[in-house]
Amino acid sequence: MKIDRRSFMALMVGGAAGTALSPLPWKLTDDLSIWTQTWPWTPVPGQGSVSTVNSVSTLCPGGCGISVRKVGQRAVKIDGMKGYPGSDGGVCNLCQAGLQMLYGPTRVKMPLKRTGKRGQGKWQAISWDAAIAEVGGQLNRLRSEGQPHKMACINGSDQGTVPQLFQRFLKTFGSPNFFCTPSMGDSYQLTLKMMHGVSARVGFDIENADFVLSFGSGIIDGWGSSARMFKAKSHLKDKKGTLVQIEPRLSNTAAKADQWIPVKPGTESMLALGLAGVIINESLYNKKFVTKYSSGFDQFSQFVTTNFKIGNVARQTGVEKSKITALARKFARAQKPLALCGKGKGTTPGSMGEFFATHALNALVGNINRDGGVWALPESEYIKWPGPEIDEIASKGLKHDRIDGAGTRQYPHARYLLDRLPGVLNSGKDTILEVLFVADADPYYTLPSSRKVKEAFDKIPLIVSFSPWMNETAANADIILPDHSHLERYLDVPMPPGAQKPMIGLSRPVIAPQFDTRHVGDALILLANAVGGPVADGFPWNDYQACLKETMADKWNTLIEKGFWYEAGFTPPAWQHAFKTDSKKFEFVSDKINLKSIFAKITPEGDEKTFPLSLIPYDSIRLASGAIGDPPFVIKTVSDTILKGLDILVEINPETAKTLGLSEGKYAMLSTPEGQVKVKIHLFDGIMPDLIAMPRGLGHTAYDSYLANKGVNINALIGPVEDPVSGMNAAWGIRANLVKA
Amino acid sequence: MKQGHHPVKKYGMVIDLDKCTGCGACMVACMSENNVPFREDESNKQDSITWMKVYKLTNGKTYPDTEICYLPRPCQHCEGHDGHPPCVSVCPATATDYDKETGIVSQIYTRCFGCRYCMAACPYHARYFNWWDPIWPDGMEKYLNPNVSPRMRGVVEKCNLCFHRYQQARDKAIFEGRSEVAEEEYQTACAQACPAGAITFGDLNNPSHAVHQIVLPDNKHSGRPKNPHAFRLLEKLGTNPKIYYLSSREWVRRAGDNYLTGESGSSKTTSHG
Repeated sequence: MKIDRRSFMALMVGGAAGTALSPLPWKLTDDLSIWTQTWPWTPVPGQGSVSTVNSVSTLCPGGCGISVRKVGQRAVKIDGMKGYPGSDGGVCNLCQAGLQMLYGPTRVKMPLKRTGKRGQGKWQAISWDAAIAEVGGQLNRLRSEGQPHKMACINGSDQGTVPQLFQRFLKTFGSPNFFCTPSMGDSYQLTLKMMHGVSARVGFDIENADFVLSFGSGIIDGWGSSARMFKAKSHLKDKKGTLVQIEPRLSNTAAKADQWIPVKPGTESMLALGLAGVIINESLYNKKFVTKYSSGFDQFSQFVTTNFKIGNVARQTGVEKSKITALARKFARAQKPLALCGKGKGTTPGSMGEFFATHALNALVGNINRDGGVWALPESEYIKWPGPEIDEIASKGLKHDRIDGAGTRQYPHARYLLDRLPGVLNSGKDTILEVLFVADADPYYTLPSSRKVKEAFDKIPLIVSFSPWMNETAANADIILPDHSHLERYLDVPMPPGAQKPMIGLSRPVIAPQFDTRHVGDALILLANAVGGPVADGFPWNDYQACLKETMADKWNTLIEKGFWYEAGFTPPAWQHAFKTDSKKFEFVSDKINLKSIFAKITPEGDEKTFPLSLIPYDSIRLASGAIGDPPFVIKTVSDTILKGLDILVEINPETAKTLGLSEGKYAMLSTPEGQVKVKIHLFDGIMPDLIAMPRGLGHTAYDSYLANKGVNINALIGPVEDPVSGMNAAWGIRANLVKA
Repeated sequence: MKQGHHPVKKYGMVIDLDKCTGCGACMVACMSENNVPFREDESNKQDSITWMKVYKLTNGKTYPDTEICYLPRPCQHCEGHDGHPPCVSVCPATATDYDKETGIVSQIYTRCFGCRYCMAACPYHARYFNWWDPIWPDGMEKYLNPNVSPRMRGVVEKCNLCFHRYQQARDKAIFEGRSEVAEEEYQTACAQACPAGAITFGDLNNPSHAVHQIVLPDNKHSGRPKNPHAFRLLEKLGTNPKIYYLSSREWVRRAGDNYLTGESGSSKTTSHG
């Protein structure tokens, strides 16, 4: 049969049209998509009975109450716990991604002993018995040599049963060298000590304030307990309150503030004193508080009005005189004014000048221990263990000065000076430290001057990490005694930073421990028993659970039922009872407070000629920068104007970029006195000229490929600068240079 | 069972940009709730699968007058004209459909064969393609939510207003002998997670729901918000989306759409300047 071209075409087109009009192709695409989607490697999550476990997340210091949804024995979702004091149903993005930390491959699954070189990543799995015996053996050797003071411990906190167990261990062992990682809490603590004469924790009744004056505090960038602060900020907006943000860069907090006042970095305390000067000159201060309940006001006023005249302040800070005057008046005239400090997330101590000036402002407006003001809360006293027996060896060891110099004549005021430790270790000829315990901290990553930190810690023969995850410090340790993850164990969670009422949260197991890990409290008890003698006697409990229950005593049932214990009715002491200084009043000055030293300008490292610009760090809520690094979900949310591939982008003002010949997205060499790195450029109008801003939280080398080797750790580029009064790290940045690469 | 006329629902949300902190908790909560995959390098934002994505807007002014604002963008669940969103109109496999009962635009993974026509049609870039099979690092598959199917490569996915939560809430209501789901019984993961309380989710057609009271949608004019501070993205396209935004700042409201130079920001005859 012969088919001519025309008939062929007609047949083909007709056939195609007919097929298209029939259900066939559409049915086939549907079937095809189903047939090609049944490949076995796509997981099918199992079903199971649904339950909820309430706990407290300890991945960040915010300590938010969480409600974890379980399917069978698997935790599948972390939500906020409604009714939890402070966070009340809110959870920060890091803690929401907590299941990735719980189940992820960065978990240390059993005790490990280093086999290769430090940091090489070669490990040998050992049993708990062997691990405890080895560490115990070293500890015993130290004591038998009469050198117990050569042991130190770095912990993320000094409050709560676990940090206190570490402190107890060191005490019975014979070492004064307990360190808490530095934060604004240290500076606030010292400020309250000097100005109130009390050993207290600072609290902020921000929910009741109507005018918040923030000297760079990242209220919605992770400062304080972040979920609580977010809610407080929203609440402030709802009741038409005011937030004024003072910092050199347009942070998220500054962007949401009613007024952003850019100020030259490092001059915040100067601006605060300039404001104080206006308030004093115009008699806008709270007369009752100042005349009846304060001491040294005249001396303070004289000092401020002489040395911080508004013209001088305007020149040095870059803020116009009229703005300073207007701000001072608005602040002083507000119903419930509240001044805050502690830059960014508050993870560095900052200068005493900043904290003193800010607290002086609060005193001038009389908001101390008042609604909407700053409160001094008593230190938690629920841990009442009988004082341990100290033997001869320990007693001798405890008589040594702390290796960081805290409490000595040179640094009489600070409790911990961890930032000084690397310098001390590097300067000594002999081995100053033999053993270092690290728990709930990552000093290899978070301490400034990373190169010097590594050099210093490399000198310590035995580093023991209790980290549940392979963070930088664990990766450089000799023995890892892995703790349970934050969702696998009981822990008391004392007041988060800035909480204004006493509370204790109870973190409880959401799932049973999956790996061969042990509660750090249990590990300590085992170690104490391995050392024996009075150290063992100081740890009379069978296990940590017994210790926790016994410690929480009559609060235990409430903790188990509600998940927290909260003193809702707490009110801070009234002015007549609040101050325990020599004068029994709030002290603007005293023999402990040398105004000239406190308010001396903090000069960053580096000479202006070689380093014409300044590098400042900034905090981002999407970049965890503490003991825990970003899980995959969170690093995924980081913008491509911050991280592109493996490159970090630094922010500079477009005008500065033009002068330096730098353009968006191009490479540049960033150098500081501490080191040099290759970065990419991001042009941002929300930053003062001649400044370079780099986020904290990148440049990890440990964890896994979802986080490691991305960007740069800014702690490797900035070194500590000692505050003249406290000795704590007051560096706000460092001098830098930026050249086209 | 009594067959009565029950009011049609229009599930939507209003996001207060004056409260949004840009923290990304909504992004994380969405990814956690919906088994969204993640890769080692997520810095190519065109490929990065983020059903909920927080954008950063700027007023374009130089220092020190610079302002920024964050804008979370889930799928906008466009209604178009009477239930014809742009993506549904082009899908050859009916893998996506507009549900007239709830107003939610669905995505059925097993019908999708990955032609990506819907991605081209969506003006909000709210749809994402699985170029690769998802990899859950060893152990992490344990946290997967059994209420949401994990996808494999070759299919498009997007926000579905946590429809699995609606199904569960509806089942619970029916089990308890009720026909209606209460406002607090069905909330999306992002709305629940937002620590600043910026996201309000509910039934735009229900006058007792917060989202209705804030937005005051005018159904006679394609759902335009009567609240002068409320706006929708790309309003002029006529997609009639169900995600509203609030901002007290005019530059933010203007950033939500495209305007000719000098064109006034509101459709009213008088502008407040």
